[in-house]
Amino acid sequence: MAKKLIELIGITKSFGDKTILDEMDLFMNENRFLTLLGPSGCGKTTTLRIIGGFETPDSGQVLFEGADITNLPPNKRPFNTVFQKYALFTHMNIEENIAFGLKIKNKSKDYIKDKVKYALKLVNLDGYEKRMPDSLSGGQQQRIAIARAIVNEPRVLLLDEPLGALDLKLRQDMQYELIRLKNELGITFIYVTHDQEEALTMSDTIVVMNKGYIQQIGTPEDIYNEPQNAFVADFIGDSNILHGIMIEDCLVEIFGVKFRCVDEGFGKNKPVDVVMRPEDIVLTEPEKGIIKGKVSSAIFKGVHYEMEVEACGFEWLVHSTVLAKPGKEVGIWIDPFNIQIMNKPESEDEEIFIEE
Amino acid sequence: MGKLGSRLLAGPYIVWMVLFTIIPLCLVVYNAFTNSGGVFTLDNVLAIFDPVNLKPLWLSVKMSLIVTISCFLLAFPLAMVLWKYSKNKNSLIVMVFILPMWMNFMLRTLAWRLILLNNGFLNHGLALLGLNPIYLMNTKVAIILGTAYDYFPFMLLPIYNALVKIDRDVINAANDLGATGFVVLKRIILPLSLPGIVSGITMVLVPSVSEFVIADMLGGGKVYLIGNVIEQAFNSGYADVHLGSGLSLSLMGIIVISMLFYKFFDKGEERSGIW
Repeated sequence: MAKKLIELIGITKSFGDKTILDEMDLFMNENRFLTLLGPSGCGKTTTLRIIGGFETPDSGQVLFEGADITNLPPNKRPFNTVFQKYALFTHMNIEENIAFGLKIKNKSKDYIKDKVKYALKLVNLDGYEKRMPDSLSGGQQQRIAIARAIVNEPRVLLLDEPLGALDLKLRQDMQYELIRLKNELGITFIYVTHDQEEALTMSDTIVVMNKGYIQQIGTPEDIYNEPQNAFVADFIGDSNILHGIMIEDCLVEIFGVKFRCVDEGFGKNKPVDVVMRPEDIVLTEPEKGIIKGKVSSAIFKGVHYEMEVEACGFEWLVHSTVLAKPGKEVGIWIDPFNIQIMNKPESEDEEIFIEE
Repeated sequence: MGKLGSRLLAGPYIVWMVLFTIIPLCLVVYNAFTNSGGVFTLDNVLAIFDPVNLKPLWLSVKMSLIVTISCFLLAFPLAMVLWKYSKNKNSLIVMVFILPMWMNFMLRTLAWRLILLNNGFLNHGLALLGLNPIYLMNTKVAIILGTAYDYFPFMLLPIYNALVKIDRDVINAANDLGATGFVVLKRIILPLSLPGIVSGITMVLVPSVSEFVIADMLGGGKVYLIGNVIEQAFNSGYADVHLGSGLSLSLMGIIVISMLFYKFFDKGEERSGIW
């Protein structure tokens, strides 16, 4: 079992009368890539800033290796941060930027020189020592920001939506880069993003947040395949979220049609949320499906077609490599194993809420 | 709108500039290099090096330097405080400090008279506290106080604007990398606000060198600055337009040359300055 490195206990934080975080508990293990994922305003950045020491929680504790660091200023914490808009020192060249933290720690000139060289190599920007930040592209500036943080050998690297300002291709390259960096450095990464694909690609652990509450913690596979509530299901990937009634174990009724499933223990005749991933739905001959429908639209997406099928008054989202033309009568079939049953939200904080 | 059309929009201003800046400037240059007989001479331009004029020039430079330094020492910490405590750029508190700029400067200077007069507010206040009166009216101190007060917003505003442009995460990043208090000020905030400081110094130093109205109003004609010398040359009973023009031109030349020096030592840094 990995060691608990950082622990947040009962963290509450409000700005004015707006509560951002409410009694949040969370711990992070050593040498993990942990992602805080959620829509804007969910409290993920505030959480990161509390860990970094840039915000003080109204109540609650931040522990590092068991010691209380809640009121420790950022410069006393063994963490370094990569900021969203790079926050490079524009009046210094790249070398001075990266050396900044080391100079403050009074390291020797030779040590600093070696470290800067090593850090630049690590982010694939060797030879950029004398350039000014303004002369670099966004992606390069981001790499410098990462280099500037990691030369200080932090125990934890905090990253606040570091790829948010980059274009798609660059973002994907940087994702692999970050995974490689994490493996080479062997330190804990805490990463904040609203991009679910980014989170799924890079993380060991994902913490899904909404409205200041943690919705689910798990591996990317857990989060995608076994969402614990409708918010998580809706936020991570595309999904069909349907209202259903659990008739009995392994049998759920949707739109008056009974579907076999594999979930147990929900009780009898209980209202539930049912999630079906669009890639799990199979379109068949009308007679062979569980219910009948009619294709209302089809869009080519490269890897697959994205189709909407009208059935029982609901638009079913279906992904398939096989095209069914709009207007075609089809049957909808799904493997019982791919039907995910979830309890209805108990409080409105868990309700589906996506801000885009 | 075509290229010509948009150029035409500058027309009224160009007319204004030609009438009231270019033509007068040409007249000044013409008068500076001629005598009353219309003959070319360097006497008027070189008159500034005459000890009679050099003395007020030196006094002007000294006093405007004191004014500029005092303005900077007051404005920079204030700008820091405003920046720290005002969340949005146009907050009320910033307005309060800019407000004096909207008042006519003669009125502001008159107010200083009322404060500094021998039986003015200052000495009334001191008397109430049981202290001896101080007589500042018609001294250099009065002129420095008045000038510094008048030009203070021109120092504050550019510095504040430069500070506001600093991303707070840049400060956070410096903290994150281990820097605190003074190091952040010296290594991050000062260099990043340098363009504003340069603008502020320029906007206070240059006009205060040739200042003469404040010297008249608060100096009681007893403190003779280069501005007063030039004003006398144009306005006194024995007016000499040629001498006045010569002195103005030389003063302008000195200021321009010192600004060029200044820019040379500060190359490429004035990106976000007003100037």
